[in-house]
Amino acid sequence: MSARTRPITTTEGTKSFSFSEAGLAECRALMARYPEGRSKSALIPILHIAQAENDGWLSVNAMDAVAHLMGLRHIEVYEVASFYSMFNLHPVGTYVLDVCRTTPCMLRGSDDLIHHLEKKLGVHAGGTTRDGMFTLKAVECLGSCGSGPMLQCGAGYHEDLTIEKVDALIDELRSRNSRTNYTDR
Amino acid sequence: MGRKLLFEHITKPGIRGLEGYRANGGYRSVEKALKTMSPEAVLEEVKKSGLRGRGGAGFPTGMKWSFLAKPEGVPRYLVVNADESEPGTFKDRYLMERIPHILIEGMITSSFALGARVSYIYIRGEYFYVARILEQAIAEARAAGWLGKNILGSGFDHDIHVQVGAGAYICGEETALLESLEGKRGNPRIKPPFPAVKGLYGCPTVVNNVETIAAVVPIVNDGGEEYAKIGIGRSTGTKLISAGGNIKRPGVYEIDLGITCDEFINSDEYCGGVDGRAFKAVVPGGSSVPIVPYELFLKTPAGENRLMTYESLSDGGFAQGTMLGSGGFYAYNDAQCIVRSTWNHTRFYHHESCGQCSPCREGTGWMEKVLHRLEHGEGRMEDIELLWDIQRKIEGNTICPLGDAAAWPVASAIRHFRDEFEYHVTHREKVKDPKHFAREPFRKSAKFATA
Repeated sequence: MSARTRPITTTEGTKSFSFSEAGLAECRALMARYPEGRSKSALIPILHIAQAENDGWLSVNAMDAVAHLMGLRHIEVYEVASFYSMFNLHPVGTYVLDVCRTTPCMLRGSDDLIHHLEKKLGVHAGGTTRDGMFTLKAVECLGSCGSGPMLQCGAGYHEDLTIEKVDALIDELRSRNSRTNYTDR
Repeated sequence: MGRKLLFEHITKPGIRGLEGYRANGGYRSVEKALKTMSPEAVLEEVKKSGLRGRGGAGFPTGMKWSFLAKPEGVPRYLVVNADESEPGTFKDRYLMERIPHILIEGMITSSFALGARVSYIYIRGEYFYVARILEQAIAEARAAGWLGKNILGSGFDHDIHVQVGAGAYICGEETALLESLEGKRGNPRIKPPFPAVKGLYGCPTVVNNVETIAAVVPIVNDGGEEYAKIGIGRSTGTKLISAGGNIKRPGVYEIDLGITCDEFINSDEYCGGVDGRAFKAVVPGGSSVPIVPYELFLKTPAGENRLMTYESLSDGGFAQGTMLGSGGFYAYNDAQCIVRSTWNHTRFYHHESCGQCSPCREGTGWMEKVLHRLEHGEGRMEDIELLWDIQRKIEGNTICPLGDAAAWPVASAIRHFRDEFEYHVTHREKVKDPKHFAREPFRKSAKFATA
């Protein structure tokens, strides 16, 4: 199996999904901007919207709603969702911390940052804290190589991190307690 | 200090907005091209400039443009590659974030030359906030009449859309990018047909890097010959280099191609030298290019000063040279372990392999396993030959260059740092400590000191 095909979650009883009015309007505008017959081009941007409206992950129900909206076969949506690493195929915490682990960040101390976060949050990279607050992900290069170690949370980049800075960030996020998404403005 | 072409105004207040950008001479190239030049004349200036693709391959841009097929009644597209996911590279993000209009301007001028009525910016999903900045810039440009129908009364129509990806290194490869833009998995296509003939939606398409398209602005403003005066030989103009790793001054620098590597890495105008230890190795053009020992980065095999040009960096071939690549520059100090770094590189390529071609899909995973055991004190001497064998069987045997990109860092690490790999077998207990060389830097044995 390729490194890029990840299983989707088919857990029974996943809650139903429907787009918000604003989300639906945004999806329709996206689909209309490509040439005639090419609205499938909107699939990735629309999956981002669906993920943001489904607590930060893509359930089968959310993907099926996308397929229905776009007139695609279900598999066309699943195969794309499972290819791209920003799409979460399992439930995630309120905050997803994407910590870069690739070589340029490694040279600047990302291994230590990841270990620190694993200890502090009590989860291994890939896991979610028991209170559902944080999902810790070790990810590949985020294009912030001169300002590593770094992490992404929602749309925001947090760069030149030290243990003190990341501790302060965790405290701040915990007290704010409101979901962040890549699509945040 | 060299001339700045892309960064000349980057620190001016308000440069991110249309008004500030216009106040500093922005959109002059669009006025000049649409009012006084033919599309062919713009192409001619780009050819004269000697501009080469800034995404990594260094293919002459004018030639790429001249390959674009122009069948009657078929739309053509310009697609800007803002996927920027080559480890070490963050120059395009810096440019788009701070001076987004230079990209928009370059796209309009370039699209005029290519006859494209619609163009797309494909930007990696992690740069969502940069995509918002670009969308804002496009909206400003549209409201001011730089985009839309009949721009400047020239009869030329153009519009630009920003498309976000969702996390996949492979989508920086131009045909994988086009697949992704069509709403599919990012599996590279077999070439030929090249995108210039059959690209986006099966139509003729030019795919260029952000920096390449931005460079069209000064080329059209001042003329291709003026641009070609900067640089040496076939490396003309300026290049953005994003510098990181164990240097004093990380950041994005616009250099004149042709400055010495020593000046770039050691002068206070650029990297500012090592961060308090000693330099050990350099990766000058993104993770895919061969890693070279510091000494070999400074001097060519003939003992001359190495220059920051496409030709000089590759002087000595793969045995003793490297590549300018994307300009994703990072340097290693002597606390770093080359085996650990090679394992890290290989894990990246394994993670990012699209899975289409067996040599890459299986080979990257296999190499990662072998490198993992070497780095964690469980390796055998035969593993070094095994790695060499696997990388040779990947290189050149895949649809796209990701296979080569995965092979080169492994090959060059073994070529130049074989003794460190051997040390990992002979000192298994020591290397179990992940910071083994931070406490006790590795010294080359006499056997390898001159290799």
